Formats: sequence, structure tokens, C-alpha cells
Amino acid sequence: MIVDTREFVESHHLLGCIQCGRCTAGCPVSLKTALNIRGIIYKTLVLDQVDITTWEELWDCTACRTCQIRCPKELDPCDVVIGLRTLLVGEGRHLPHTVRDALKSIAIRGNPLGYAMDDRAVWAEDLDFAVENIFDKGETDVLFYVGCSPAFDMRIQPITRALAKVFHNAGVDFAILGEDEPCCCNEARRMGEAEMFEDMVLVFKEEMLPEFGCRRMVTVSPHCFNAFKNEYDLPFPVQHYTEFLAELMADGRLSLGAQIPKRATFHDPCFLGKQNQVFDEPRQILTAIPGIELIELDRSRERSQCCEGGGGRMWAEGTNLEERLAVERVQQAVDVGAELLVTACPFCVMTLEDAVKISGFEDQIRVVELMELVAQAM
Amino acid sequence: MSDLIRVTIDGQETQVQRDTTILQAATDLGIQIPTLCHHPALEPYGACRLCTVEVIRDGWSRLVTSCNYPIRGEIEVVTASDKVVRGRRMIVELLWARCPETKVFQQLAAEYGIERPRFEPCEGELCYLCGLCIRVCDELVGARAISFVGRGVEREVATPFFQVSDACIACGACEFICPTGAIRVADVTDKEPRPLFLEFDMGLKGRGNIYVPFPQAVPNVPVIDREHCLYFQIGACKTCEHFCPADAIDYDQEDQVLDVDVGAIVVATGFDQFQPEIKPEYAYTEHRPQVLTGLEFERLASSSGPTSGTILINGKEPKEVVFIKCIGSRDEAIGNPWCSRVCCMYTAKQAHLIHDRIPDAHITVFYIDVRAFGKGFEEFYDRVREEGITYRRGNVSEIYRRHPGDERLVVRAEDTLLGQAVEVEADLVVLATGLTPRSDVEYMAGMLGLTRSRDGFFQEKQLELFPSDSEQEGIFLAGCCQGPKDVPDTVAHAKSAAASTIVTLSKLRRQRRPIPTSSRDREHEVSIEVEAHP
Repeated sequence: MIVDTREFVESHHLLGCIQCGRCTAGCPVSLKTALNIRGIIYKTLVLDQVDITTWEELWDCTACRTCQIRCPKELDPCDVVIGLRTLLVGEGRHLPHTVRDALKSIAIRGNPLGYAMDDRAVWAEDLDFAVENIFDKGETDVLFYVGCSPAFDMRIQPITRALAKVFHNAGVDFAILGEDEPCCCNEARRMGEAEMFEDMVLVFKEEMLPEFGCRRMVTVSPHCFNAFKNEYDLPFPVQHYTEFLAELMADGRLSLGAQIPKRATFHDPCFLGKQNQVFDEPRQILTAIPGIELIELDRSRERSQCCEGGGGRMWAEGTNLEERLAVERVQQAVDVGAELLVTACPFCVMTLEDAVKISGFEDQIRVVELMELVAQAM
Repeated sequence: MSDLIRVTIDGQETQVQRDTTILQAATDLGIQIPTLCHHPALEPYGACRLCTVEVIRDGWSRLVTSCNYPIRGEIEVVTASDKVVRGRRMIVELLWARCPETKVFQQLAAEYGIERPRFEPCEGELCYLCGLCIRVCDELVGARAISFVGRGVEREVATPFFQVSDACIACGACEFICPTGAIRVADVTDKEPRPLFLEFDMGLKGRGNIYVPFPQAVPNVPVIDREHCLYFQIGACKTCEHFCPADAIDYDQEDQVLDVDVGAIVVATGFDQFQPEIKPEYAYTEHRPQVLTGLEFERLASSSGPTSGTILINGKEPKEVVFIKCIGSRDEAIGNPWCSRVCCMYTAKQAHLIHDRIPDAHITVFYIDVRAFGKGFEEFYDRVREEGITYRRGNVSEIYRRHPGDERLVVRAEDTLLGQAVEVEADLVVLATGLTPRSDVEYMAGMLGLTRSRDGFFQEKQLELFPSDSEQEGIFLAGCCQGPKDVPDTVAHAKSAAASTIVTLSKLRRQRRPIPTSSRDREHEVSIEVEAHP
């Protein structure tokens, strides 16, 4: 795959780059793989053509966007990686087969996980109340966008149910998109399927939105939250569930009474914290649980370390399997003496949980989704 | 006057007002009497008995405590007779036995030649019940948060019912005044004391409520911090008054608004240092003082600074030092696209200072470009590299501590010449913080009718030919208020402003002589009202 750099540099506005290296310096994987985003930009700036066929490291990027946040010239190095992935995906030959399968699954089944579309609302069947479908209901206050992993993944489903219970108990007027819920394609876009993402935005806005009315959208995953909030340009506000729960708590509609006497630390999901500055709400909820003692990691909030689960990395192993960032992260949590490693993202839960198993800390620390603790403390 | 009483102290004759204490009279004569529980701002108490002297009246001799003995008749005082010294030695011996670990009694014991007390020492006791803490809290602060409780051997200083006190205002006077370190604020209250920091030393050193702002302050006199002074806050204390021999403390001084008629104004308001909290990735808030700004390090390395120039971080000499350039400069993401023009050279100087003071320190400078443009600057940059300071091209993205107990921080950067992401360990990280417009720039611009250039600094009339003229006639700009400058450039700019000012003033003089001072015909005058900034 030969890339004509002139066009690429222009479309990504790369001429402003001063090669300071803050992007690569902040990149969570730059210490362990060959991915050097500053070097890639440099090559596109000084060479007429680059051959990216063998640039396997392009699939190491987690789309955490630290590079973009740290860039002093307001460039978007992350989008450079995504742009190059898009070229590879467009050509269709040199991409990991796991990525290819995930994208294919979205195209066929509306989710990257290979589950049947018809099962998308099965998670709600165990609940002792009925979750309404927005297409039947027409108007609702909160559109509860569930997302693929929260709808299908057995590990995440309880989190989804717990959130629905909170809505129900607090008397929130809410509904779901049910079986017709499409994938938000946040991850698809980051895996290089720009076209699919744009199509999905069109379908959602032009075919679905006219069918119902809502005042806001609440999502389980920070990844869906990010796409809808920043990339869909929707006519209503989009909130992550932690923001919504913090509001419920402030209004006195959610009270957490049961004791959970544990030392807990919070891992900021990149798509929630760094990219959308939701730092305080999860902590407000966590510290409102009686008995929870919050110990902060040194690398928290804006300096949080990526768990390596974003940017399509749930479907791409990356070039260095030996040193998982999630393992480092778990080690940090153990070091501060936390018994619970709390996070608020399905992908973070899965990567961190794997890391706990790999590193043999199963007796010392447990990974939990904040929603699970809320359910326990209710 | 009939009230004056004749007194003889150690053979010196003097006349004192009725009720003057012997201690006061002796001090006025320059005779020193040792004291422990005495404090000039507090009422005499006579607890420690160390100030005992011999008073001879009508041929009768007796030992009295000089601090609370009011002179009411003609007496002769001997402050260090054999009898007195014998008594004092006994007192010191008893006090030392009570508080064997306290420095003040160890020193006194040495002075009085006591090798060890003959009495059984009380282990771990620090308080000798002088009551200074109780009296300062009562008489000066007015909080009365502590008092003596118990009797005889049970007597001790305590809060009511031994519970944390609500009355305490956490001023710290008790802890400050205690000569033996027996009382701590934390023993009295769970309120957090808020220490005050000397602004000029960038908060690296504490200060009192009354202080000299900085060594070269004009005028070089102490000021009172009304925001925190107990007198201004709760009407208490006034201790400084007791100590000022010149009687110069004036609590009633007010800000004055001056109305001055002038022919020209030179604005030389300078700049603010970039606040590194705006870039949380440098962990300045979390890891100060291991992460310092350029100005903070400047104070730390200064011989008139908080450590008299000894470079210590958390009490230790830093051996691994990292400088990071362009912090808050050349950064469009935060709206500071300009180069601050001074950081390259001050970083080189500061790196040189560390090398000079700590020769075995390993110093790394992370840079994007080295801009050594002034006369002799490139040569200095050469010299600094020759000293062994490592310049690495590439900038830093993050600072963190790898494990909670680690002493060193980790600086995460890319060495762009190696094309490698690197982690460098550091005892001290100095952020080469840039220059920004002052926080009050908008207020000043509004007051003087000045415009600002896109970067927020004051707009000059024309960059090449009128760099120190503002767009307002009669108002001139000097130094960093117009844009970042180093010292030579600032001096040149200021001289240009002075020259332009002279031109304006001489024109005025030619038109009307003398320079108008009346309130009539102010066509060419600029009138400003100087007032306290809101």
C-alpha cells in the first residue's frame, strides 16, 4: 500500500507540526512497540510516498488520543493513524483478520461481536419490570443507548441490567432502541472503517431519529458516549451513565446506603476522562458509597494510563503481547493497596480483569465496574 | 516628678516610674536577667522563677522574681549575687529534671555547670508549666482554647474536657511560643492551620502576618497582611507593637488615592509566569517541590532565597535533574502561540547553576529548539554543553511516579533524534515556564485605553519604528507588558520608552511653560487616578 503523502499531509493539516515529540512521548504504547506517531508524521512530511504495507504497528494505537491532547499545535496525530488504517481497510488486504471479522460482523449483524441482531434486547428479559422500546413508546425523557458489549457480553450484561434497575427505581422515564439498536461504530471508525461510520451516522439520524423523541441519551460505554457526543452532532445532549447517576444523586433520587468497606482506586477510561473530561462524576458516585475509601493512583485523571482496550484493540492484539499496559495498571493499583480496581467502561473492565488473572493478583484485587458497586450499595 | 523612684541595680543608679518591674528597669539599663516564662507582650507571670534577683530594702535582703516585682519604693537590686546564682542553679536543676530531653534546659544546665540533676528525671516530659501557651491564647488571641487543669503533680495544659477545641482558631501561637516544643496545634484542634508562604520566594518559604515583602522592596519596610493578621481579623494580638522599638506599627494606615497630573505615562507592568496547573500532565500540583517552575527554581538557587542558595529538594541534593523547555510557550492548544524568548537562556543558566553547586548531578535538558539569539548567548550554550549537561531534542509529555514509594519521578519524553520514546528518572524537574500577559492586563487596558495585540500583551503603535509607543498619545510601553523580552531587550525597550517620553514632555514644555499643573487646559495631559486594584 503506497500512500501519496502530499494529499495525506494536506487532508490531515500536518504542515504545522514542529516535531516536538510530545505525541510520541505521551503515547501509551510507544515504549513497547515500534509505533512512533511523530516519526510517521515526519515521514509523511519529508517523503513523497510511503509504503505502509508492513507498518503492523499501526494496529497498536488504542485511540486514547493522548497524542492529540498533548500536541501544542492543535494537530490530531491520532487521526493520522486512523487515516492510514482507513487506507488499509479501504484496500482490504493488509489488516489483521480479527479486525476484518469484527468489521464484517458490524456490517452483517450490527455488532462487532458476532451475536445475532435479534438477541440485542435479551439482556432485559431477566428484569422484573419491562424495559420499553422507544419505537413503541414514541416519546421518552432518556434514550438508554445500550451498546454492543453491554447488550451481548455475559460479563457486561449485569452492568446493563443494574443501570436499567437504577432508572426504574428512580422513576426515570426511559426507553431503549431494542433489537433495532445499531452499533455506534466508534470502534469501527477507529479501526479504519470511516465509510461505515458515516453511513451509520446517516442511518441513525435520518431513518431512526424521526421515529421517536427524547430529551437526552445515556450510554453504558464511554466509547459509545464519545461517538454520539462528539461525532454524531445530535439534537439532544448525550451523557455517560456516571454523569446521569451523579445528577440523580444530587437530586436525591439515588441513595447508596449499603456498606462496602473496601479500599478502592479508580481507573479513568480514556474515552470518558481524557477525551471528555468526565473525571469528577465517577469519583462522586464512588465516594458516596458508605465504607469505600478512595485511594488515587498517581497516574489518574489527565495523567491516566490507557488500559489498551480502545481504538479497535479489543479486536487487534497489537505487536507486543508481552507487556500489557493493563498489567502495569493493575500493578499500580496493587501498589497503592487497593482491594478494588474500579472503572466505568466495559472494555476497561475486560482488559483489566484479564490482567489481574495474568499477573496473579486474583487474591489481592478485584476489578469492578462502578455500576456493579452501585447495584451492591443500593 | 514625684512618681519617679530611685533604684540601684548592680550598682547602677536609675529612676523609674512607680510599678515598673525590676526586669524592665534592668533591661532598660542593659542588664540581662535570664528568663523563661516571660514574654514582653504578655503579663508577668512568675512561673519559672529563673529571673529571681536579690532585693535589699532597709538593710533587709530577700529573693524575688524580677518579672513581676513592681518597684514602689527605693530599693537596691543585685541580679547575680552568690545567693541568686545558687537559687537559680537549683531552679535549673529542678526544671531540667522535669524535662530532661529539652534543649533549652540542657543549655541552661551547661551554663550553670550542672552535669546531671540530682533529682530523678521525668522521662518524656516536655512541658514545665510556664503557661506561655495558655497566656498567649488568652491575652493576645482571645480564644481561651486551653488552660491548666488538675492540681499539684497532676497539673497540665489541656483543652476543656480534653476534647478538640472549637474555640481554637488554629493560629498556631501556642506552638510558636512554646520554648520546649511541648504543645502542637494538632493537640488542641482538628482544624487545619493554614501556613502563609512568602510570595517573593514563590511559596518555598513561610512568612508571618507582618513581613518585608522582599529584600529590595521599596520602601524597605514591613507590611501587615490584613487578610490574615489577627488584629484585622478578630481584633486580637497586636504583639508586633510590643516588639517594635521605633514604635512604627500603625494599624490605622489606609490606602491613599493619589490624583497626579502628568505629561506622560510609561506602562511597565511586566508579565505573569505561566501557571503550570493549566497543563496537568506535568503533575506540578501533585509533585511540587520535585516539579518546580523556572521562577521557583530561580528563588531556590538564589543566595538570598529560602535556602540561601543551597539546592535542596525535600531536604536532599538532587542528583538527577531534568529541565523541560517551552512550558506554556509555543502552545496553540492553550492559546499561547508565542515564544517566551527567555526560557532557553534561563534554562541554560539554571542548568549551569546546578552543575556549579552539585558537580556530580546529572542534568538533562529536553528542548524543541535552542534559541540562543542574543550577544554571547550561543557561546554560553556551548559552555553549558561543555560542562557535560545533556541536551536531548524532543519534549516531555508526562511526569509521574512509577510506584508509590519511589523517590524519583519518571519523565516521559521522546528523544526525536533517536526516534525513541524514553523514560528519564528525576529527583527534580524544572519546568521552563513561559511568560504570559498579566492577569490584570484587561483592567489596565481599560483604565488607560490601551489596545492589546492578539497574544494579549499591550499593542505597540508600530513594531519596527514605534515599539514603545502605545496607540494612546502620551502613554508609552516598556518591557514585557508589550511582549516577552529578556533583560537586554527590556532595558533597550525601556530606554526607547524614556526617549519617547522626553520628546512628548519637551513638546509640552515648548507649548506652555511651565508644565501644566493646574486643572485647566488639560488637552495634552493625561490624568490618572491611582487606586488600589480591585
